[in-house]
Amino acid sequence: MTSHLNWGLPLAAWLLSPAILGIINRVKAFFAGRKGPSLWQPYYDLFKLLRKGSVYSRSTSGILRAAPPVILACMAICTTMLPWGTIESPVSFVGDVILLAYLLGLARFATVLAALDTGSSFEGMGASREVQYAALAEPSFFLGMLVLVLHSGFQGLSGILSGISAHTGHGGGLLLLLVAGSWFVLLLTENSRIPIDDPNTHLELTMIHEVMVLDYSGPDLAYILYAAALKLWIFSALIVNLIFPLHSLPWWLQIPAFLLGMALVAVLVGVVESILARLRLLQIPKILIGSATLSLVALIVKWMG
Amino acid sequence: MVLFLVGCGFAVLGGVIALLVNGSKPARWIATIGVWIGCGLASIPVISALGDQAPHPVQWAWSMPGGSLSFALDGLSAFFCLPILLVSPLAALYGVGYLAGHARSLKAVLFFYNVLVASMLMLVATRNGLLFLVVWEIMAISSFFLVIFDDEHAHVRRAGWTYLVATHIGTAALLAMFALLGAGADSLDFTALAAMGRSLTMATVLFALAVIGFGSKAGFFALHVWLPQAHPAAPSHVSALMSGVMIKTGIYGLLRVLTLLGAPSAGWGWTLVIVGLSSGILGVAFALAQHDIKRLLAYHSVENIGIITLGLGAGVLGLSWGQPVLIMLGFGGGILHVLNHAVFKSLLFFGAGAVAHSTGLRDIDHLGGLLKRMRWTGLTFLVASAAICGLPPFNGFVSEFLIYVAAFSGLHAATPGTVVLAIGILTGLALIGGLAAACFAKAFGMVFLGEPRSDHAGGAHEVGPTMRWPMMALAVACLAIGLLAPLAVRGVLPAVAVVAGGDPGALLEAAGGAIRGLTGVVYTSVTLLLVTGGLLLFRRLLPRGKQQTETGTWDCGYARPTPRMQYTASSFAQPLVDLFRTLLGTRKRGTAVRGFFPPRATFETDTPDAAHERLFVPLFRSIDRLVAPIRRMQHGRVHEYLLYIAATLVLLLLFWKAPIR
Repeated sequence: MTSHLNWGLPLAAWLLSPAILGIINRVKAFFAGRKGPSLWQPYYDLFKLLRKGSVYSRSTSGILRAAPPVILACMAICTTMLPWGTIESPVSFVGDVILLAYLLGLARFATVLAALDTGSSFEGMGASREVQYAALAEPSFFLGMLVLVLHSGFQGLSGILSGISAHTGHGGGLLLLLVAGSWFVLLLTENSRIPIDDPNTHLELTMIHEVMVLDYSGPDLAYILYAAALKLWIFSALIVNLIFPLHSLPWWLQIPAFLLGMALVAVLVGVVESILARLRLLQIPKILIGSATLSLVALIVKWMG
Repeated sequence: MVLFLVGCGFAVLGGVIALLVNGSKPARWIATIGVWIGCGLASIPVISALGDQAPHPVQWAWSMPGGSLSFALDGLSAFFCLPILLVSPLAALYGVGYLAGHARSLKAVLFFYNVLVASMLMLVATRNGLLFLVVWEIMAISSFFLVIFDDEHAHVRRAGWTYLVATHIGTAALLAMFALLGAGADSLDFTALAAMGRSLTMATVLFALAVIGFGSKAGFFALHVWLPQAHPAAPSHVSALMSGVMIKTGIYGLLRVLTLLGAPSAGWGWTLVIVGLSSGILGVAFALAQHDIKRLLAYHSVENIGIITLGLGAGVLGLSWGQPVLIMLGFGGGILHVLNHAVFKSLLFFGAGAVAHSTGLRDIDHLGGLLKRMRWTGLTFLVASAAICGLPPFNGFVSEFLIYVAAFSGLHAATPGTVVLAIGILTGLALIGGLAAACFAKAFGMVFLGEPRSDHAGGAHEVGPTMRWPMMALAVACLAIGLLAPLAVRGVLPAVAVVAGGDPGALLEAAGGAIRGLTGVVYTSVTLLLVTGGLLLFRRLLPRGKQQTETGTWDCGYARPTPRMQYTASSFAQPLVDLFRTLLGTRKRGTAVRGFFPPRATFETDTPDAAHERLFVPLFRSIDRLVAPIRRMQHGRVHEYLLYIAATLVLLLLFWKAPIR
């Protein structure tokens, strides 16, 4: 059942997504024995950047300027397709998962082209890595989705995800854990977190996503950072819907439970970042193929069970 | 129907007059006007056939045994006419500008272009096997003469030769196929052929011959060797027509023969799925490794033919499993991708041609920064790049969406077959999509963005209006088909009904979910455009939104960055090329960098075509060795040749009169 009230879900996503980054930073600070920045620091950063002017490279064309709005629009629209437990998303139709994956692809294409627009060799390197890992990550996403569709039939994302946990049996639980594990690797890859990429490294030579946006400043950088927060929200929401038993709760309890789940995923990302070292770039394709294998195993489990 | 043939006649007439006219400019315009009038006339019956008003089929007697001059337009023929009718006039107009600077006589290229357009139109309307083969051969020969337009270059002559051999291997398979199809029938008319009963073994042999024969035209992997040679060799508007439109006649032929063979077996469907996946993945992998932009685009044709064939494979499996959703969405997605690919691939070849025309370069590593110098070429190339990667809101997404939905929807049967099909389609399409995005980030990014990597690229200028307008028209078509997606699915319905032999009403019902999904996609795409616009506006309205400072690229503190420091296309693609190195066989040559003050170093990579190097070159070499002894008979002594002729005649006479017959 969709009503205007369902727009509350993306609205909450738009408001709360920077806080996820704040939680991750606090967890990392805790592990490092520091006090850490405030939870609201990402909001302060965004507002500070929005009030600044912009600096553009003379080498660039309109692509660099057009990319941030495209990227942010893609992410904002993707958040409207995410359900919270059995509370349906406001935008839901057959095949919306395909559009979701391709909107993420469009955002990536825009980021990569903007990076190449600057003519910087560092940004070219980042772009080259980004397209390589994305090409390997997409089959993994669709394999996971295949398992879910096999479980609950092909419909909109809300239907697929609510069909899932409604009868999470013994085999089903394992199934969802495997898919969630596979998608957690995607979350780390797509959001350039450790061990795939390090958002805080000082060495441009080794960056993936952060190096592509080196030449952005002011409102454009705010758009990019906000879009990154939304992207993290999208992947976290998928995982929360998979592994948290939201469906057994009454609808008014699902909202705080979902938010708690999001916070827990953020803590998990923070813990992973604190206890793992970065992988060598050559190892990342293996991790991604491993993530696809997890979904494939889930498929076999589904098939046997 | 007569109007359609008159249209074809006008196209040929334009070519003939261009042969007779003196002066390059009037000849170019006359040939183009011939194509425009011809396509305009032919589009009237095609549009009515796409509605419910199929024009009356015509059939005239022909003195050839088994042949008849019979033509008709059903949903399938009419849909395959669309790319021809859309791209041919635009490519002809583009050619007016593109050919302007050439010192050579243009008569041949103009004449054969018009013959090619007319032959493609007639091919899809033909309803007789013999006539089909004759028109097929006219199409092959006329395109051969277009490929060898620049025949003073050795590589062009070699490309033409490869194409001629490849297309005739295909024709040989088709000749065998039609001979077997018509065995025991007194006419090669398609209606007569379809009515004959066949054993499954016979039908499978025919299907295999069709895959080889039509696959060599369409460019299935391993039979594709002529594409990466012929497309860079031909003039760009010809490449656009051949890559965008002509190779699709192979897909048309395959579908038409499927309607003649009776109920398909699941094995055929799996064959097409495997052919589709291998063409798709290998096509894009080879494209990634290319340096020449037109060669890169040629490999992307192999990739897109793979996507089309994947859809058709799903459709054939749907027929054999009795799943209407798979039939409708598999065939529908594949056939719609034929039109979509025609639109964006022609546009990409136009763009590559404009770049080559303006800079004289096709090597991606020497280009760069062209978006600022050739704004319209760059923007339309960007639209086409996004479309070919299947990104919303453009047309490529629509057909890929249908094939994805086919795979997902087939799962409700939950048989092993549907699950394996879904794994193949989902992972295959996702991987192809990801690699295509990588490849076009490279193609567009390195050619049009950054700083020029050579003086030629730095001195580029925008091309003239006859070349610019066709590109803009096709870019609009990319967006229009993307935003009218539900209508496009209805448009492809008559074609699917012909292939599936089913009731259009039932097919429309099967497509219901996908059409509702596409309606959602269209609403979301429009929202995407609006939100992007809103965010652009919001950025301007911010307190310092208009305050912009210009400076050099930061590049981590380099004081004097030069264009040569930019990342190159080869380095950009290197990680992915290395990932596929066992398949690609990329050769690297270079001198190592040694010492603290290294002398001049070189590095070179080259990815030759694996099927050409490892399959066809050894194959033809061994055939050559096998037939070498026969060469002794060919020595130039005319009196002995006369003896051969006399001996052959005597033998034939004996054979004719002998009682063994």
